[in-house]
Amino acid sequence: MTPPDEDRWIHTPPRKSATFDDAAIAEIRRAAASGIYDIRGGGAKRRLPHFDDLLFLGASISRYPLEGYRERCATDVTIGARFAKKPITLKIPITIAGMSFGSLSARAKEALGRGASAVGTSTTTGDGGMTAEERAHSSLLVYQLLPSRYGMNPDDLRRADAIEIVVGQGAKPGGGGMLLGQKISRRVAEMRVLPEGIDQRSACRHPDWTGPDDLEIKIGELREITDWQKPIYIKVGASRPYYDTALAVKAGADAVVLDGMQGGTAATQEVFIEHVGIPTLAAIPPAVQALQELGMHRKVQLIVSGGIRTGADVAKALALGADAVSIGTAALVALGDNDPHLEEEYRALGTTAGAYDDWHEGRDPAGITTQDPVLSMRLDPVAAGRKLANYLSVLTLEAQAIARACGKSHLHNLEPEDLAALTVEAAAMARVPLVGTDWIPGRGRE
Amino acid sequence: MADIDLARSSVRDLNAALHRLGMDTNETRWRVRNPRGQHSVAVGLEAPVTVEIDGHVGYYCAGMNKDATVIVNGNAGQGVAENMMSGKVWVKGDASQAAGATGCGGLLVIDGNASARCGISMKGIDIVVKGDVGHLSAFMAQAGNLVVLGDAGEALGDSIYEARLFVRGKAHGLGADCVEKPMEDRHKAELRRLLDAAGLGREVDAGQFRRYGSARRLYHFHIDHAGSY
Repeated sequence: MTPPDEDRWIHTPPRKSATFDDAAIAEIRRAAASGIYDIRGGGAKRRLPHFDDLLFLGASISRYPLEGYRERCATDVTIGARFAKKPITLKIPITIAGMSFGSLSARAKEALGRGASAVGTSTTTGDGGMTAEERAHSSLLVYQLLPSRYGMNPDDLRRADAIEIVVGQGAKPGGGGMLLGQKISRRVAEMRVLPEGIDQRSACRHPDWTGPDDLEIKIGELREITDWQKPIYIKVGASRPYYDTALAVKAGADAVVLDGMQGGTAATQEVFIEHVGIPTLAAIPPAVQALQELGMHRKVQLIVSGGIRTGADVAKALALGADAVSIGTAALVALGDNDPHLEEEYRALGTTAGAYDDWHEGRDPAGITTQDPVLSMRLDPVAAGRKLANYLSVLTLEAQAIARACGKSHLHNLEPEDLAALTVEAAAMARVPLVGTDWIPGRGRE
Repeated sequence: MADIDLARSSVRDLNAALHRLGMDTNETRWRVRNPRGQHSVAVGLEAPVTVEIDGHVGYYCAGMNKDATVIVNGNAGQGVAENMMSGKVWVKGDASQAAGATGCGGLLVIDGNASARCGISMKGIDIVVKGDVGHLSAFMAQAGNLVVLGDAGEALGDSIYEARLFVRGKAHGLGADCVEKPMEDRHKAELRRLLDAAGLGREVDAGQFRRYGSARRLYHFHIDHAGSY
């Protein structure tokens, strides 16, 4: 017989499965109840090898640094000089990624334009055409050509400062756009030539070209229509960056935009966001390798996006070989997305500040990812634009501080040699040594 | 009449000359010889001029056309009149894939056959094909009219929105959410207008056509329709 004081050991305590954890079980229940996959906005939320796993090796005896506030560290970048008659020059190598009017309110698009223009960089349209607001408030505007071709027209093509052919995006390489009926307002519907209020699922392939040979001809057409004036970018979601970059160069791109799986989307399936594509960190070195092998590094610009948050991230992306970075999620946060002062309203939506990602529902308390006229009025485009400009300035100053510490007079002089990795995984992906060693996993195998 | 020989001049020269034309230009008639299947011939036009091309063209001829009339005395490659905004494009031979893709307005007439995906994602263009169209024509077609005097290939109008499809011959299968709809008098009147515009008003009886369009079952996702995707 078991002594009374030993009863508590007879029953094993509850043990939850690492495989069937709370999130997995909750998703099974949700799927069973709703009959539809989970849709959300944003990028991959799982922990991934990222720029946090890299460190800079500041100057000491073998290298000498630049004075922090006295010696110049330039930040400009010119994009499109390969073929375009009118390449664009950005004062900072941080651009605003493509986000559609439709997914964002017109005032949010205006705020992005104001903020970017204040610091001399570009904004980008999205899957929905160009609005007058964003053109008017963006000194440099990149016009996306997407599979849907919503709002595509030759006048806006000529009004743009550059053209970006979107093949894919990091949140969903191989997937098309999605905008659910709640956000298809009359204006959005008219711009897209769709009935008001329907669920809009864009095509994932372009309607009039298939494969890299066709793409080359398509680029030729766009150049002819615009008299070879505009830089033409190709945007790909990171999955096979070596081949995609090489094919983009072959097709005649002026620039390649490479979006890792942390890159956000307005809406798509959760399973797509978390399980398709590769991390930004792992995508950059193969893309740079392709450019170098073709003799096109720094001639065809590489713009990297997906999880850029700080000036350190900017500096690390550039050190790995990018010419510029692009931000989307961080820009929305700078405007006021997921602000804790709206916590009560986030809770009413069943979420919390910092986690709100149901952007497709159009009920954003911050008035950014919505077409609701009342909610969208909450965003002051002037004040929000100023906050974005501040944030972009901080990113730039931070990246400059790191570059100077590494002895670089231009952000583009940062190089892989300035980096070391904290983990074996990051060392292998970034192709830089594990800290304290000269070991680059996989080096010597290529 | 301006006369450009693409055996001597480049497509770039041709397009640059056409782009320089003002809306009130007197150079309203252009003839282009020896296109030899080159791509992007007469793209991005904005002036109300007529460009007649003697021979076959490659991809994207008359792409994003506005106001101009482009006549191809030959066959056209992929994406003829893609994203056309207005004006008229007339192909006297056959057209390859994606003819009139994403077109927003204007009239595309193809005297011969059009290959796969004719009128894909069309957004207001009118297309009249005197022969057959290939598979997946009018895929995700949003607005405008596709008139086919011959047969339509498999999966016509797959995932169609509000475009109207008129087929005189046989439709070899309809795509997801595409259904036959009643041919009412107003539809016959619209069809006659299109046939007249294509120069077929007296030759073709609008009563011989069937009309197809969206069942609108996929406009809002419902799990019970998942098998249609």
